[in-house]
Amino acid sequence: MTEIMRLPTDTVAMSAPATDASPLPASPPRNWRKAQRQLAALGWAALSIGLFAAIWEALWYFDKINPLLLPPPHLFLQDIPGTLKFFDRSNRVGSVASGGGVGALGITMFWTTLRVFTGLALGFVSGVAVGATLHYVRWLRNLLMPTVLLLAPISPVAWLPVAIFVFGIGDVPAIFLVFITVFFTIVLSTSAQIESVPVNYIHVARIMGATQTQLFWRVILPSILPSLFMTLRLNLFGAWMVVLIAETVGVGTGLGQIISMARATFNAKLVFFTMAVIGALGFLSDWGLRQIQRRMLWWVAPNRGGV
Amino acid sequence: MVRPAVSIRNVGKTWDVEGRPPLRAIDDLSFDVAPGEFVVLLGPSGCGKSSLLYMIAGLEGVSNGVIEDDGIAISGPSPERGLIFQEASLFPWLTILDNVAFGLAIRAELPERRKEKAREILRRVGLGDVLDKKPDELSGGMRQRAAFARALVMQPRVLMMDEPFAALDVQTRAKLQDFLLQIWQDSGASVLLVTHSIDEAISLADRVIVFTARPGRVKEIVPIDLPRPRPTRSPRYHEYRDYFTELLAAEVDKAFAEQSGL
Repeated sequence: MTEIMRLPTDTVAMSAPATDASPLPASPPRNWRKAQRQLAALGWAALSIGLFAAIWEALWYFDKINPLLLPPPHLFLQDIPGTLKFFDRSNRVGSVASGGGVGALGITMFWTTLRVFTGLALGFVSGVAVGATLHYVRWLRNLLMPTVLLLAPISPVAWLPVAIFVFGIGDVPAIFLVFITVFFTIVLSTSAQIESVPVNYIHVARIMGATQTQLFWRVILPSILPSLFMTLRLNLFGAWMVVLIAETVGVGTGLGQIISMARATFNAKLVFFTMAVIGALGFLSDWGLRQIQRRMLWWVAPNRGGV
Repeated sequence: MVRPAVSIRNVGKTWDVEGRPPLRAIDDLSFDVAPGEFVVLLGPSGCGKSSLLYMIAGLEGVSNGVIEDDGIAISGPSPERGLIFQEASLFPWLTILDNVAFGLAIRAELPERRKEKAREILRRVGLGDVLDKKPDELSGGMRQRAAFARALVMQPRVLMMDEPFAALDVQTRAKLQDFLLQIWQDSGASVLLVTHSIDEAISLADRVIVFTARPGRVKEIVPIDLPRPRPTRSPRYHEYRDYFTELLAAEVDKAFAEQSGL
């Protein structure tokens, strides 16, 4: 059946090329359908989060949880100006709660996010560079791969003291920790992905006369990027976890520091408020990476790793 | 006497796989391909016909003998010797147009010029309306035509194909075979096509080179003396078919015996 179905398309295309292959007709209905889908997704998201909050609130209402320890959303979102007092404008170590207000919250979020993305970008770019070098330079691979394999499984958290010894207190140890979270994974993944580039792609490029450099930039890199980017996205949440730990200990500012202070002062509302902020930021940054993926890797469906 | 487009002289190929005895894939193979000739390589699987194509393409080295391209020994790949695979192998990150223009981009031709050339050739293969599509938006047959266009745009003198229609359904295959004959006649290139389909060999070839089972040698060279197009119902066609079936039967048996013996 499928064979017979496919024939007309091909015949048409061969004599007088076919028009748009897509089965959907004009564009307005398609946009409409897309809007409907997005609306439905939004509805489900609201339902999911609403249900989660509702159960929490119900537990509080029926006195099953202590509001001092686990304040439900309506409590920790109640006194936002009061909560924001604890945020700091300066991003300087030791100047806790000097400002407050929405601006201070924004600045704190900005610095934490910047640390995450700087670390991710550095880790990704150098991971691809090192991974590719290790793949192509045999003696270097023999020399370095055992060490890489030894270091890769060490949790980034274990690197924290090292980061502080070497870089001191400040932004660098936090960025370094994020860097470590993605670097080794990307190195190993790059090396493995280059291995699995379809050999015919390479044959085509060689027949066309591509040099080694052209082969890498025009064939190897685009063919491994989708799955590397997927690896990056999978490690994004890890990066968010790690940056908070680094901020708690080695930075002295940022959202992690707020959480740590809230714990020390037994301020459960501030803990949950900051957790909500972190959750939203993590979600938004994944959305941001998806947008980058859509633009940069336009040939890959957004939720697939490609290949 | 015209100089052959490709000349294969006493070529052998041995595969050395670690921990196994060396595998003799091709042994003392010799034949010529005339300019503009359509040659089909027919043989049981594993007889080294694909390896031969890769060696002519310059992607693999020969173990013995020499392959000459227009009188010069082949030392590496060249766009003059295009190769088309069973899978279209288009780059998914390029549009159809950019896929076809890829070789020209490697050659550093100006963007306007290469787009124009690619557009022109895609129009010729009937893909003028899907220039900006992604490869995975096209049917298998259309993708394979784009792969033809990608090779043709480099104006090859030799066009090699490694079972180019094997992954397609029967109807598409028939269409594409007609299409191939047409572009072959237009381009004037020599074609070397690997297949294990007797029908494909008879309907396309000027000459069919029948391979023995491993190690691959020339068993027989059979010119197909039929005017094109070649209806499958004609009595001559059937004579050829019976002849090839008999030639191959013995070799297939041998190949089978070797495989089950392993």
